Amino acid sequence: MQSPQSFRGTARYIVSEELGTAVDVATHLGRPLLVKGEPGTGKTLLAVNLAEARGLPLERWQIKSTTKAVEGLYTYDTVKRLHDSRFGGAEVSDISRYIELGPLGRAFERRDRCVVLIDEIDKADLEFPNDLLHELDTMSFTIPETGRSICASVRPVVVITSNNEKELPDAFLRRCVFHFIEFPDRELMSRIVRVHHPDLDEQLLAGALEAFYRLRATDGLRKPPSTSELVDWISALRFADIAPAKLLGAGLPFLGTLLKKEADVATVTHRQRRGASGR
Amino acid sequence: MFLDFFYALRSRGVGVTTHNWLALAEALRAGLHAQGLDGFYRVARCIACASETQYDAFDQAFSQVFRGASVDPETILAELDAWLSDPKKLAHLDPAVRAALAGLDLEQLREQFFARLAEQKERHDGGNRWIGTGGTSPFGQGGSNPSGVRVGGAGGGRSALAVADARRFRDYRNDLVLDTRQIAAALRRLRKMARKGETFELDLPETVDATARNCGDLEIVERPPRKNDVRVLLLMDVGGSMDPFANLVGQLFSAATQGGGFRELRSYYFHNCVYGRVYEDAAFCRPVDTTKLLHELDPSWRLVLVGDAYMHPGELMMSSADWWSGGGGPVGLTWLARLADRFTHAAWLNPEQPGIWDAPTIAEIRRVFAMFPLTLDGLDDMVEHLRRPPSPGRAVLVHQLARGEELPRPRRSDY
Repeated sequence: MQSPQSFRGTARYIVSEELGTAVDVATHLGRPLLVKGEPGTGKTLLAVNLAEARGLPLERWQIKSTTKAVEGLYTYDTVKRLHDSRFGGAEVSDISRYIELGPLGRAFERRDRCVVLIDEIDKADLEFPNDLLHELDTMSFTIPETGRSICASVRPVVVITSNNEKELPDAFLRRCVFHFIEFPDRELMSRIVRVHHPDLDEQLLAGALEAFYRLRATDGLRKPPSTSELVDWISALRFADIAPAKLLGAGLPFLGTLLKKEADVATVTHRQRRGASGR
Repeated sequence: MFLDFFYALRSRGVGVTTHNWLALAEALRAGLHAQGLDGFYRVARCIACASETQYDAFDQAFSQVFRGASVDPETILAELDAWLSDPKKLAHLDPAVRAALAGLDLEQLREQFFARLAEQKERHDGGNRWIGTGGTSPFGQGGSNPSGVRVGGAGGGRSALAVADARRFRDYRNDLVLDTRQIAAALRRLRKMARKGETFELDLPETVDATARNCGDLEIVERPPRKNDVRVLLLMDVGGSMDPFANLVGQLFSAATQGGGFRELRSYYFHNCVYGRVYEDAAFCRPVDTTKLLHELDPSWRLVLVGDAYMHPGELMMSSADWWSGGGGPVGLTWLARLADRFTHAAWLNPEQPGIWDAPTIAEIRRVFAMFPLTLDGLDDMVEHLRRPPSPGRAVLVHQLARGEELPRPRRSDY
């Protein structure tokens, strides 16, 4: 039995069965879905495509190192109020005019369901997730300045992504449904590439995948190439009309689209040269 | 079996709680597992695990609990074929279970689930039927069995047990005692907040005050943001006897750089003991004169040394140990004392068990630096020590040592 709401990806976004189930569970339980995985495995795109597939609006909250938890709920523009009180032009006794709801705040206020993306939560301060515990649990909060409380009538689908730069606190993890996006295997990867390049030549695809996985298996890469880099690389290959045969030997074309660190490029070219001379 | 699984997870360190378990029960009641073991695997994993480091333990617990007796592949194939050719049986079973599930409360659900899994195991023992149990189409569900036999056709899904047995997540395990977050949290307590530097934050109370004084004319007052004012000098012993602890020291280092939030953090490496030079890199290629550090950094810096303090006594007590400068320089202990003399808030973290701290070189170093084990408790104690004013007794001794004076042998009670 498949529940009617079950998420199986979109035409442009392919999900594994595990990820689909995790989305269903999070939606059903009304708990945040925490997604981790290598950079470039489509963590952020999950929320965008989930919103699209369900036809729901998306609220996006990009976390930076200076982001404070309360900013997601609301901000109180004191400077504007001071300015207005000095130069007139507006009624300053009404504080609510200077309260601006943040992405989470707007999502709770909505009458209909929406998707909230809290992107890269690990960028924020160590205490950030703890400050959001209660709000994410009850999906409600109060603005002390005005005494107004906002409570979600429909629990939004909250998707949180993390790049694992900082460990998240246990209390926070316990409240989340967790999924780790594995690096796609060859079969899934060829489906993903097909989505982006529907009319791709079969031989070129096979050659590119072969070269790509061989490159990823190289020891000592600081940043192994990911899905998004593979898709870009194939675009470049097609644009330059490279023959699939050229991908077999050493000296891959457009190595710069796959490897983003100087040291990695050096490692790979060094290995290839050694491999070539050994032959 | 349901509860067996719960405790199997806990015994393997996957911290499932009653809270998680009720959530799992609710997800199952809603039919999110699609009435199959594969679906159950996926649902249970995303609820029970809080990190990819737990996936491996989860897989192990899963295959331990849900693996039946092994049957030879030939029989399985034969029985599977026979069973798949008769999907009516399945159609008969499925709606009944589904209907029963719809009206159950949690307790009933639990019993029902328990019974059903037991049933599944039995059938599995007898052959293979668990594979297709409850799936909407017996042909579409994970075409494989624990012995790894693939059944052709529209399959493509991996059976939960096959996935669990593959243990693809072994590399993500993380069994270390300390995790970076815990270390960072301990180091955070070292902080001393202060407002210094450029002013670019609005000081609201002051602004209101100044505006009022100014007869209502807006007067904006700004202030520097509150920042941690603690500077830390981290000296780490690498190589030799420290190799077994490389991981632990690496974690301490990453916690200090990322989560410590210090105003400034400088870290250098040394081997066994600090002499005239320390190094910016663990490969000992970029030297920095210790004297330079002593001059450049003011005494407000907190000094933390990490090392096992375990070396040949000669390296600590004889000047020849400083072979870099061709002999004749001060002995290792003098260098350590000079550091301790300059940076009065100093501590030594030792990854070795306190049990062996009576070894001669360790005991000697403990006269100069307060020593703490590299564990969470030890870190807490160290932070506490660094916040307190330094002990005057030790300061006198350190000062004498720093000038290279000979000291009478210490009594045991000095430690």
